[in-house]
Amino acid sequence: MSDPLIRIEGIAKKFTGRDGVITTVFEDLHFGIEPGEFVCLIGHSGCGKTTILNVLSGLEQSSEGYVFVGGREVSGPSLDRAVIFQSHALMPWLTVMGNIAFAVSSRWPEWNDMKVREHCQKYIDLVNLTGAEKKRPAELSGGMKQRVGIARALSIQPKMLLMDEPFSALDALTRGVLQEEVLRICAETKQTVFMITHDVDEAILLADKIILMTNGPRAKIAEIVVNTMPRSRTRHDLHKHPHYYRIRNHLIDFLVDRSKMFSSSAGGYDPRNPPLVTPGLDPGEAPAVDPVKPQVVGGAPLTVVR
Amino acid sequence: MKTLLSWRAPALSLLVFLLMIGIWHALTLPKVMPVTAESEYAALVGTAAATGQKSAFPSPSDVGRKIMEHLSEPFYDRGPNDKGIGIQLAFSIGRVMLGYLLAALVAIPVGFLIGMSPTVYRALDPYIQVLKPISPLAWMPLALFTLKDSSVSAIFVIFICSLWPMLINTAFGVSSVRKEWLNVARTLEVGNLRTAFRVILPAAAPTIMTGMRISISIAWLVIVAAEMLVGGTGIGYFVWNEWNNLSITNIITAILAIGMVGMLLDLMMAKLTKLVTFPE
Repeated sequence: MSDPLIRIEGIAKKFTGRDGVITTVFEDLHFGIEPGEFVCLIGHSGCGKTTILNVLSGLEQSSEGYVFVGGREVSGPSLDRAVIFQSHALMPWLTVMGNIAFAVSSRWPEWNDMKVREHCQKYIDLVNLTGAEKKRPAELSGGMKQRVGIARALSIQPKMLLMDEPFSALDALTRGVLQEEVLRICAETKQTVFMITHDVDEAILLADKIILMTNGPRAKIAEIVVNTMPRSRTRHDLHKHPHYYRIRNHLIDFLVDRSKMFSSSAGGYDPRNPPLVTPGLDPGEAPAVDPVKPQVVGGAPLTVVR
Repeated sequence: MKTLLSWRAPALSLLVFLLMIGIWHALTLPKVMPVTAESEYAALVGTAAATGQKSAFPSPSDVGRKIMEHLSEPFYDRGPNDKGIGIQLAFSIGRVMLGYLLAALVAIPVGFLIGMSPTVYRALDPYIQVLKPISPLAWMPLALFTLKDSSVSAIFVIFICSLWPMLINTAFGVSSVRKEWLNVARTLEVGNLRTAFRVILPAAAPTIMTGMRISISIAWLVIVAAEMLVGGTGIGYFVWNEWNNLSITNIITAILAIGMVGMLLDLMMAKLTKLVTFPE
């Protein structure tokens, strides 16, 4: 890895039950996220996805291991890492503008009202909510609420965006529209993103890398799938790309079968260096007829798991 | 159809009112009995009284006349034992407000502290549990003895009875603020004081206001009893004074006035609660 923005080294989460039995939710996780990269985490419920995100944000402490952001260990929540919550977590007593202004004035306490409002307006426009500034969350649809959540997270110009299944509570149509917007915004702002999802298509559309978790307890990173499609993909032409079904099948196979049968004692598995899979670019297979070269991940060995 | 429906409830209300007045009127009608009183006795006390024809309980029209009398001159002051019902109510409302506001000044910050800190909660919980069920009037002798002033004692009793609902509701509201909002504040590195005022207070405001609404109702219940004990001024004292005068009409008038003021206080708090409540 060249110089990851965020590096996770051997984090684990353990709970001591009432009867004194220690439950390990996940353990020995290692991965890094490069600047500008969009990483999705997929796994069944119970593998501690949200806990991992909370550890990255600093809201929760891991039982073991370390998280480094820009070379410094994470000790608590920070304005460097903005979180988009699953349930949007907007404050119902504040307007759209108020919710975003609360974040902006926390980031830059020295700014006057005028400057804060101008800055907020920029992000309200970015998420296409122009005109809804004075509305309260109760007057907004689910999709609009999540747009406010996205604007609030982006407005503090974080080094990294953490999303916890941000679109899972939305209907399919709204979800699709918002996914495209996130794709556009991330392309515009070159935002580094870590996102949890359980939607395979969402991961294929948005992510550069997809981290696959085995089932909990004692969940591990089974492998990291590289999205071998060009970054210029859109929701409309996604399924026409030759790699699309290869990636999709690979992910579905994993979720349906391999996530529960995964055994770390299998030959060659190293939790510090989980296998990197490139569906569609496997040796023996001809590279897809695609002029745009997929992003090459330097350094890591290209282990084939199949 | 809609206008018809919207008139049904008021019409039914009016019907219930007329029915109650009708029953009341029927029960207080002068009884028609043969005159059995001695003529000399009747001449001495009046025919109606001598024959027991006039009911001892006032009729609706008696009370109606009394109410009009009070409404036409609510604020007269003819010495310590004869003040208008408006003045008496004003005294009571003043005491309630004073005791209530003092209680709010104590209960809301302390409730905040209890809600924020589980340690403080566990430390103070036994005291709250013991002090809460004590009838506020039980404090009266102690208050009279230590404060040595009947009016201040009444305010103290109001203070004590308003304290607990506000304290408990504030603590509950603060401790049950949605974790997500606190997490938003944490990820934005918002300081403790700013989180308390900008996140916890608005989030807990509806619950706090509910406590304040319960408190003002209890305070208004208690003030009547407290003023009956301490005497001097106030609507409670007025009721007791009219009992000593055996003026049932005045007592009924006062009861209606107490109900009206109680309703207005509750309405006011309901309006304020609505102002700070936002649907999600």
